[in-house]
Amino acid sequence: MTEAIDFRQAGLSAANPFRPWREGIFAALAWGATAVVTWGLPDVIQWGATGLFAILSGLVALVFLALAFLVPLRGWQGGTLTHYGPWFIALGLWLLGWEIVTAKLGWLPKPFFSPPQGLLHVYVTDWDRLLICVAYTARLWGLGFFLGIAVGFVAGVGLGWSKRFAYWGMPLLKLIGPVPASAWIPCAFFIFPSTFHASVFLVALASGIPVAILTASGISQVNRAYYDVARTLGASARWQVRNVAIPAALPNVFVGLFMGLYYSFAVLVVAEMLGAKFGLGWYLQFNTAYSAYANVYAALVVMALICAGLVRALFVVRDRVLGWQKGIL
Amino acid sequence: MPDHTAVRPLGLSFDRVSHGYDIGKTVLPVLEDVTLDIQPGEFVALLGPSGCGKSTLLRLAAGLEVPVRGRVSGDGTPITAPGPDRILVFQDATLFPWRTVRGNVEAGPEARGELAAKRARVDEALALVGLETFGEAFPHQLSGGMAQRAAIARALVNDPRLLLLDEPLGKLDSLTRLNLQKDLVRLWQARGFTAILVTHDVEEALLLADRVILFSPRPARIVQEVRVDSPHPRRRDDPALIAMRSALLANLGVLEDV
Repeated sequence: MTEAIDFRQAGLSAANPFRPWREGIFAALAWGATAVVTWGLPDVIQWGATGLFAILSGLVALVFLALAFLVPLRGWQGGTLTHYGPWFIALGLWLLGWEIVTAKLGWLPKPFFSPPQGLLHVYVTDWDRLLICVAYTARLWGLGFFLGIAVGFVAGVGLGWSKRFAYWGMPLLKLIGPVPASAWIPCAFFIFPSTFHASVFLVALASGIPVAILTASGISQVNRAYYDVARTLGASARWQVRNVAIPAALPNVFVGLFMGLYYSFAVLVVAEMLGAKFGLGWYLQFNTAYSAYANVYAALVVMALICAGLVRALFVVRDRVLGWQKGIL
Repeated sequence: MPDHTAVRPLGLSFDRVSHGYDIGKTVLPVLEDVTLDIQPGEFVALLGPSGCGKSTLLRLAAGLEVPVRGRVSGDGTPITAPGPDRILVFQDATLFPWRTVRGNVEAGPEARGELAAKRARVDEALALVGLETFGEAFPHQLSGGMAQRAAIARALVNDPRLLLLDEPLGKLDSLTRLNLQKDLVRLWQARGFTAILVTHDVEEALLLADRVILFSPRPARIVQEVRVDSPHPRRRDDPALIAMRSALLANLGVLEDV
């Protein structure tokens, strides 16, 4: 594949001696403009990290400028970098506009809207507290999510496989399943010994229920012929569960996992807003109370990156585990 | 070419077997008073109109179902549960899509905990059906004929004493079909198992089987039995086979000039 690209590249450069990556240049211009405006024009009020923000956007502009010339030299056209070229330009323009309407012109109401250097200031000065909050959130989410999907998966396998288990379990699941996990908050906080336990329970509940429902339906939908094959091959019930029912139901299980993942984020923040001492949800709550909206935005950005990263990670896991599905879907 | 993998074939007998399926309020009768003896090593073809209950006969022989009345026995012992000496190959290859071709062939030995001892046999079974280079392919990457070959390898690796073939070539194109028909005869001769083939194709039945048994529409009763003595490989234009074909088609209610 690289050879093909190199070959095309060679053909191109024979026709035109040199052509820099155009979008790279535009991105450099947009980020450069942000740097110049931030540095050159006065702020309406003091925001803290104005100089640092100008320097950083200037550096990004220089990187894009360098890349604009490196891309054709190295034959990187058509790669991930050039694919996102328009996004780099848009990001630069977005920062420029954001900078102008907040810090430079003060058009947006002041405590609620923070300029980019306001957020940067939070990361520079409050990074330690943010990091602790991320760690607390990660602990709560990790415990809750993995506990929830483990229990949900086992329960789903039981419900899908065993008629007696389904007889007692399915009505309960159908009754409890549709209730939003956050509705359990009042009960959870006095049933469990600590708020942490209660929060773990809520996250586990939110992520476990869709996994249980989809695993159960996946297993009950497995083509009966697969079981016939397994039985004639001399397979025990246990082997059939592990090697027929579960793999056949995995596509459904992953749908449940994605749903559980989204629900877990939703309930995570709510759980942390109640009685927690640290965590991103608490950080949001605490800083809203003090009208420190720059901190709120900064935490939101961190949260968005973490959640998107986890969703992406689940996609990677799914593609690995369900590789056999390619061409079927 | 008998080889070291030849098995001791199973003799099968259906003794006044009746069977039906519960469809809500009533029971749909599928088999009525079927008595049939199949000799060890025999290749029998079951022929009859669609949905007449031939496949049910195979499911009973496999032990996937137990007849409502009558008795199905293998070498004199009643068949009440499935077991790896009697293996069913379906019309759809029903390969496990999440396993590679090799993984599918390994399924039987693995399920019985014999895989470690049988690894060489897995390779052998793949080679026997001409899929030795496709071991790591996933089922969705195979053509219909290759998938059916893989299904046959998955059955043969268990050294079945009885191979039950439920229209295994029914969905294949005619060229693939011809090749697989030859392969089935070759495998049957090499391994010496007892084979029962359900088919709609009169010609296929006559080309492969020692005996062709014709069933009535549901509930299935045996209408006619034809013994085919021509040695393998048989030719489609063998006048004896053509005569039998006409007689069977007439009994199936199809006009002579088809």
